[in-house]
Amino acid sequence: MKFRTFAAFVGPSLFLMFVFIAAPLVSVFWQSFHVTKARFETVEVETCTPGFLKPTCVTEMVTRPVLDEHGQPRLETRFTGFGSYRNVLEPDRTLAALRDLDWRALLTIDFWKALRFTLTFTLITLPLVIGGGLVIAVVVNNVARSLRGPVIFVSLLPFIITPVIGALSIRWLFIGDGIMTAFLEWWLERDIAMFAQGGTIELLMLFYRVWHVAPFAFVVFYAGLQTVNQDTLESAIIDGASRWERLRYVVIPHLMPLIVFVALIHLMDAYRVFEEVVGFSSQAHVISLQWLTYDLLTPDDSGNRAISRASASAMLTMVGIVILLVPLLLRTWRDQRPGGPGGAGGGR
Amino acid sequence: MNLKKFAIAAVASLFATGAWAGCSFENSVPLKSLTAGFAAWKAVTSAMAECGNVESELDQEFRTKQPAAFAAQPALYHIGGVSNGTHVPLLNEGTTRPLDDLVAKYGGHLSPNQLIRVDGRTMAVAMMVNAQHLMYREDILNDLGIAVPATYEEVLAAAEAIKQAGAVDYPLGGTYKTGWNLAEEFVNMYLGHGGEFFAAGNQPAIDNEKGVASLEMMKRLTAYMDPEYLVSDSTYVQQQFQQGKVALANLWATRAGAMDDAAESQVVGKVKMASAPSIEAGGRPASTLWWDGIVIAKNITDEEADAAFRVAMEGIDREMVEANNAAAVWLIDGFQPGAMAAGAAATAANGAVPYPASSQMGIMHSALGNGIADFLTGAKDAATALADIEAEYLTAAKEKGLVQ
Repeated sequence: MKFRTFAAFVGPSLFLMFVFIAAPLVSVFWQSFHVTKARFETVEVETCTPGFLKPTCVTEMVTRPVLDEHGQPRLETRFTGFGSYRNVLEPDRTLAALRDLDWRALLTIDFWKALRFTLTFTLITLPLVIGGGLVIAVVVNNVARSLRGPVIFVSLLPFIITPVIGALSIRWLFIGDGIMTAFLEWWLERDIAMFAQGGTIELLMLFYRVWHVAPFAFVVFYAGLQTVNQDTLESAIIDGASRWERLRYVVIPHLMPLIVFVALIHLMDAYRVFEEVVGFSSQAHVISLQWLTYDLLTPDDSGNRAISRASASAMLTMVGIVILLVPLLLRTWRDQRPGGPGGAGGGR
Repeated sequence: MNLKKFAIAAVASLFATGAWAGCSFENSVPLKSLTAGFAAWKAVTSAMAECGNVESELDQEFRTKQPAAFAAQPALYHIGGVSNGTHVPLLNEGTTRPLDDLVAKYGGHLSPNQLIRVDGRTMAVAMMVNAQHLMYREDILNDLGIAVPATYEEVLAAAEAIKQAGAVDYPLGGTYKTGWNLAEEFVNMYLGHGGEFFAAGNQPAIDNEKGVASLEMMKRLTAYMDPEYLVSDSTYVQQQFQQGKVALANLWATRAGAMDDAAESQVVGKVKMASAPSIEAGGRPASTLWWDGIVIAKNITDEEADAAFRVAMEGIDREMVEANNAAAVWLIDGFQPGAMAAGAAATAANGAVPYPASSQMGIMHSALGNGIADFLTGAKDAATALADIEAEYLTAAKEKGLVQ
């Protein structure tokens, strides 16, 4: 391809990536090393608020920001180095917990609590999504041709539903005396409260994510299955390979680049787990890194928000994703090299 | 035929709205309002809409956008709905205007009790008060021969008796959802114990006997609640009441009307209101008083502010209250306090204090909301939980500049 044509195709996308990804990233990076404070003064203020019959007036000391001549709060931004990172990671408490080998104490620190859940969530859903997607794909591939359309449509439905809505529907099935909880109670003849402890909420979150994402894996694998070399399959049959052996030695190696692709996408998505925490209101028991950032960014009643800590937490999340992706990226890079096993990129 | 019917219906509906309240003037200035979304605000904003050219946004999460929207030049909304807590950032940043002139011009009917005055200047006009207070199933208490509990020890005793009798699924309901709700429950309990949140220099002061006692009491209460209490908010508790699943709860006055709403409730006429319980007999009720009211943005033209205030006054006038008497405990002239308002009135009469809203309290409330669950789930003991909440508060307050 001529360089001009290449540039014309890639240019707009590069420009948008710069505006919407690189620039915000730089700004978040900058903010994570700076803190903006308002100057506060403490003054005596008389405030009258409604009582039932007559107003109640109290005179008290109120801390309020100093306003400048334009009526804006005076803000000053200072470089704090790794201060915000320290506030997120809480190294003193972390080290103390590690020294005592006190796992519970470590998990009461928000960041580690969030990291624990984010990692287990990501690593447990990954094989389930790939396995589930593969099973559906193989099954659909073996279904009679006339049924395939409807079966594909139904399998894709969970993927089409807006994530938060999907999470909420599953929540409503199980919360309180929801239909599913009532059914389980009737079936197992015992009282069940799915939202009373972290374990069961986590289970629901895992179930929801696999249910939601497996169709994506399925579609990718199903497309891949259509390109399996039929000659190889037939020779495998002649060699007496069982159904399982054909899957293990012919189909899966053929799908490997796709499996790596789905794994990459899923790792990136699952590490940013967020909708589940909101949908299942699991904050009391489990939180995720992305939720931690969101919580720091959300203003409280008095309008305070921790932008610096949120930035630090966002940067740490990004570092985490990069670390998770390195092995897969390395593999892809090796495959893509001229002369590498994947050659021209098998199906991507 | 159909067309005729339609025409009649259309005309009838025109008359109906005209007859309901109407607006004393026709508003020609385009106005926007941002308020919370509960029933009282629905009533007020629809009354404002009758003046024309008013676009109302009702959003339960309004607090997350209100400070920024009012700080914009020009402000994105003219009229804002606030409560004690959410008034703070607007006051701090000076993004709402003093209303004394407008009150003098158009607010002759307002009672002095409605004017929120800060250092002598009227900064907001209140329309209603709200408080968490005891709601109880009168039939169940009567059946078991239990007096209406006035202290939390009596609440626990009543809950035990109700549990023994198996009268309902869970004796107590509680708005213990992690976050704002759970923190509010602690604030109520801690103030009921006579606690102070801050020491000099905005230093936190909750890690003490009163704090521990408050947490312990909350934990004892949860034993009688639905085990899923950490996800139950006001609406959830309201529904548990309506479905006859709980017998006692310390719930918001704005939810009282729903108990007798025959369309939703299976316990119409059975739920009665009383003062929020105190810790010791005759002590301060473990609750806080809230007000909701209206502010006008500063960064708009005087003409807009004039129109906005007039429209707002139409929203909180006598006709609106007469049509929506049960929606809230109104402060507006014409309100008929019924049995449903008795709980809030008794709570105030027994000496409950206003919610101590301030910049630092906002941070403290968030830290409490995130930190208390660890104690209730057993991950931490009370003293550790409180120490960690103080540490979290200090981190945020230093970052903000409130603590040096």
